[in-house]
Amino acid sequence: MIRHALNFYVEGFRNMRLGRALWKIVLLKILFLFIVIKLFFFPDVLKVTYDNDTDRAEHVLRRLTQSAETDQEPLPPVAGKK
Amino acid sequence: MIESVDFGQVNWARAQFALTAMYHWIFVPLTLGLSVLCAFFETLYVRTGNNEWKQLTKFWMSLFAVNFAIGVATGIILEFEFGTNWSNYSWMVGDIFGTPLAIEGILAFFLEATFFAVMFFGWDRFSKRMHLFSTWMVALGSNLSALWILIANGWMQNPIGMRFNPETARFEMLDIWAVISSRIAISHFTHATSSGFLLASLFVTAVSSWFLLKGRHQTFARRSITVAATFGLFSAMFVAFTGDEHAYITVKTQPMKLAAMEGLYKGKKPTGLIAFGVVNPDKQTGDAGDPFVTKIEVPGMLSLLANRKLGSFVAGIDDLVWGNPEHDIVGVDRKMKYGRQAVSSLADFKKARKTGDSAAAVAALAIFDQNREFLGYGYLKKPSDAVPPVSLVFYSFRVMAGLGTFFILLFTLFLIQSARDKLTANRWLLRIGVISVFLGYIAQQAGWIVTEVGRQPWAIQGLLPVSVARSNLDSGTVAVTFFIFLALFTVMLIAEVKIMTKQISLGPEGSAL
Repeated sequence: MIRHALNFYVEGFRNMRLGRALWKIVLLKILFLFIVIKLFFFPDVLKVTYDNDTDRAEHVLRRLTQSAETDQEPLPPVAGKK
Repeated sequence: MIESVDFGQVNWARAQFALTAMYHWIFVPLTLGLSVLCAFFETLYVRTGNNEWKQLTKFWMSLFAVNFAIGVATGIILEFEFGTNWSNYSWMVGDIFGTPLAIEGILAFFLEATFFAVMFFGWDRFSKRMHLFSTWMVALGSNLSALWILIANGWMQNPIGMRFNPETARFEMLDIWAVISSRIAISHFTHATSSGFLLASLFVTAVSSWFLLKGRHQTFARRSITVAATFGLFSAMFVAFTGDEHAYITVKTQPMKLAAMEGLYKGKKPTGLIAFGVVNPDKQTGDAGDPFVTKIEVPGMLSLLANRKLGSFVAGIDDLVWGNPEHDIVGVDRKMKYGRQAVSSLADFKKARKTGDSAAAVAALAIFDQNREFLGYGYLKKPSDAVPPVSLVFYSFRVMAGLGTFFILLFTLFLIQSARDKLTANRWLLRIGVISVFLGYIAQQAGWIVTEVGRQPWAIQGLLPVSVARSNLDSGTVAVTFFIFLALFTVMLIAEVKIMTKQISLGPEGSAL
């Protein structure tokens, strides 16, 4: 059954004209995106910078709290929020 | 101390994301709609047994293939950008985004890819019914992909079904069904996919109109126009219906976006709809200036459309920024105070956790819990920061809605002339048909500008502004990749246009894949 399916694809590609050009475009594009763009220009910043999720969480939490200002008195719960 | 934000980097990252999303959205709607139209054409072939419908289907399928091949993987770049330019955001929403994107990849993409092969290779190898089934599966798979992406985007606009965990700094999914069935997500999906059907109808009508103007493939073109104009008319009306529904929901979940769409600063009752207007570029929130240089207003119409209630109050930008106690609106100025409370209690929690002071940590969490829904407001510098770019949102909405109305009229005219067999006698209509596909693309982009620019400054509505969502990267790095993408996308677009026009010029006889 697998051979039958493989033959189906091979025969299909063999008989294509425009389709072959389109597939070349698709493959070239995917190779360029994943090998050039992703590898060299788009690292996953947190994965590359930190080894574990605890450190990544710590980084984000640091970012979230950098602008902290402390109110002197806590405000009452708000009603009628929109 | 408030950290100074490098808006150079933020804006380059924004520009890059916008560029990628806009290019992606050039290809996607045609895929969504043309897949369904091909399935309709093939259904007619199977029902009638007429090989001319088969040839017609194959021609449109070849154009579908060109668009699909050029457009495929343009969306993956957005995911790359999440991890690099928006790493804080990517970390925080990973639990929420991961599920719909994983389902999209596993279910929708594989469904599409599997039946794709049968659709293109299997004309002579499978029965008519099996092949037709495969074509419908490709259409279903394409549109299911859109569903999951739009569920993710819908969550950004209306974050529900989750809770922020201060320990992990992540939003954690509590109720996946709430996320999936969110009214914003569903209306997003129905509106976006039906707009794709509309664009595909415009595309088929445009190509067919061109054939008729050239005196080529006339039977083929007339048949294509009849089906496409019918599909297009229903799609255009459904787009209007779902757009109205989407705006009705937006009033409740993102009232600032709706106010910007209308250039409405001071809410009132009843509120009129601005049918046409020129925005006053100097108008600021809270000042006494007139929002418009000139306008044509339909009295009371916005009250009816926004709230489905005659004479009702619609909040304006000033009400939302400064508050309106009469209408129970808490202003951004007050929300900022609660937001800063949330941010500082988060900082206290972090400090207490580090020193092992569990009592202080519990106390800090209690204060955070009281103010958590305003977390994002704690990062705004001033209340007017919560206002999106009004002019861009206002004009984009009018472009989109105006063109949508025009398309209803256009398809109606095509159907009337088609029924009277007078298409070739109305060359002015055929010329408008050719141009209208470009108007369709403009309407598509305008719609996304409304929804994405209209939600600024929020990456996640009310919880995370774009300035905090970004990575700490040098703006030069982002600028370089912006121009790489600009070049790449331009090459791809030129390739699409060249291959597409060549296929069209070959016509149905020469269009074998």
